[in-house]
Amino acid sequence: MTATVSDLHMSPRLLAPGGAPADLTTHEQRYGPLPYGDPAALLRAVAESGLTGRGGAAFPAHRKLAAVAEAGRRTGRAPVVVANGAESEPASRKDRTLLALSPHLVLDGLQVAARAVGAAAAYLAVEEGASYLESALAHRRDPVAVQVVRLPKRFLAGQSSALARFVGGGAALPAHQNPPVRERGVGKAPTLVQNVETLAHLALVARYGAHWFRTAGTPAQPGSALCTVHVPGYELRVVEAPFGMPLGRIVPVDGMSAVLLGGYHGAWIPAAEAAQLPLDATTTGAGVLAALPADRCGLAETARVLRYLALQSAGQCGPCLNGLPRIAAAFQTLAAPGPQGTDRADIARWAGLVEGRGACHHPDGTVRLVRSALTTFTPELDAHARGLCTATDRTPLLPVPQEH
Amino acid sequence: MTSETLWYANRATGAVCLVLFTVVVLLGIAVRLRGKIPGLPRFGTVSLHRTLSLSATAFLALHIAFAVIDSYVGISVLDVLVPFASDYQPIWLGLGTVALDLMLAVLVTSLLRARIGHRTWRAVHWLAYVSWPVALVHGIGIGTDSGTDWMTWLTVSCVAAVVAAFGIRVAHSARAARRTPAALLRTAEGARP
Amino acid sequence: MDPRIDIDRTTCQAHGLCAELLPEHITPDEWGYPLVAGTPVPARAVKRARRAASDCPVLALKLTAR
Repeated sequence: MTATVSDLHMSPRLLAPGGAPADLTTHEQRYGPLPYGDPAALLRAVAESGLTGRGGAAFPAHRKLAAVAEAGRRTGRAPVVVANGAESEPASRKDRTLLALSPHLVLDGLQVAARAVGAAAAYLAVEEGASYLESALAHRRDPVAVQVVRLPKRFLAGQSSALARFVGGGAALPAHQNPPVRERGVGKAPTLVQNVETLAHLALVARYGAHWFRTAGTPAQPGSALCTVHVPGYELRVVEAPFGMPLGRIVPVDGMSAVLLGGYHGAWIPAAEAAQLPLDATTTGAGVLAALPADRCGLAETARVLRYLALQSAGQCGPCLNGLPRIAAAFQTLAAPGPQGTDRADIARWAGLVEGRGACHHPDGTVRLVRSALTTFTPELDAHARGLCTATDRTPLLPVPQEH
Repeated sequence: MTSETLWYANRATGAVCLVLFTVVVLLGIAVRLRGKIPGLPRFGTVSLHRTLSLSATAFLALHIAFAVIDSYVGISVLDVLVPFASDYQPIWLGLGTVALDLMLAVLVTSLLRARIGHRTWRAVHWLAYVSWPVALVHGIGIGTDSGTDWMTWLTVSCVAAVVAAFGIRVAHSARAARRTPAALLRTAEGARP
Repeated sequence: MDPRIDIDRTTCQAHGLCAELLPEHITPDEWGYPLVAGTPVPARAVKRARRAASDCPVLALKLTAR
């Protein structure tokens, strides 16, 4: 079980204290009963709270809820709510930890979201296992029945249009969103796809209100977020931290050269700079904070991740299918000492060609990672070009799933 | 028009249909293969495929009309759309009717293409690959010119062209299906010095 | 109210008709896929844009109202 930490000057909101899974009784004792309010009042509370999505895009939750509710009214089709617990980001553990420790908080949030948009059907999508979810559901008396769906283990399976497609009986591949999933998703109904952590926060806003939610974080960035913290030599930790907290308080940067912020679609930041950055919804991405020790090669780590991202392309869109493998292959060359030829220029060109030219944001996120690596690791790039590598430890750091 | 004239006209338009529909199939395959016809822009290949298919349909209409009008063979309007029910050579004529029915499905869906969406349109369009050989067998079986040299030469050429083009098309599809991200990554890594 | 070009990139197979019909709005990239300007289609090009939409062999290109 992933370790959790609750000493960051904020009483934990989402994760059960003591690190033990909370059953329904414990859950109700801790949080109190769930009020099923009037949908309009609910939407107002969510808007005032400033809650944003915790799946990576940080889209304001109330706008998404309102859009789906409105689409439901306009089309006359009852909306569908899908809780996204896929956590296809290999470096992230927050969603499965949240589901394991506080499943009822997530399931509460799912019901609150269903009430807010007028949904008639609800799904909880997870990657595999988690059989405790069905038994947790069996103990509840939810107004809207929830079906647990298990997704294939692919990076893009948790992408909202891929998820909606799979839940609707199709392949777990991204679709061209015209109209978007929030207008036409599962079974042609307006579909709300919301990350499980967002739903957990939503359950708390429904109980305690917007003002309470804003007692953590900053006025511009209210609330808290779960982060998965990778520090070599230490056990993987899931931490709940308030927005605005300097990252250096969440992930130790002593002896580190850089921090990967967000996930595999995130960005490498130099350690000293990262320590001062506040936890910010617009950059926190999937909540991954991975520290790179100074004796490891950030370029080699990035090359491994890029290879994975290229293999995980859905292969549907020409630019992504053609560009990502070429970028990954060129980066392999940059990742080791030796001549670099035209690789840097080629990568820059291909990055420009794939960005924004796919049905989903897979190429965009990959390009963000690439560009941040080329910027943050410029000294290492130049050293490699001269035939040197400053790294002495070649142990792989970031978790990259094995190829089949 | 005498029955004999009608009969010649029917055979002549039948031969023209063979040639035109063969070219239409070849052009359709050319579009699928993203091939470029020298001197024509790419939208020209699509245009030509479409225009010729309408011309071929016009000749087919004449071919059918001449057969129906000719009182000697007793082919009714019903026999044009319902296969294997005629008095005159029911099998061979019936095949012609089947080919026509399939072609009409292809034609109608193509006219309504933007409305029905690409997937439905494509599924029906595959019937063209059934319609063409069925029409060919109809022509060979029913045709009184079957034994002549020029008709044999024409038929063999058309068959050879369509079989070759179809073979290339299938090979192209198989190659495209193998272009997965993993395959492209292997190629890109393998191409490195 | 000028229409915009919307391309379903999961369907696009780089046939290239759209780039031929709308050379000032669409350029093929080094793999043959369309690079779209993103700006609205001016009135003088709308007829060609409609043709690109109806002639695309895989119906990947559509004109949207906004």
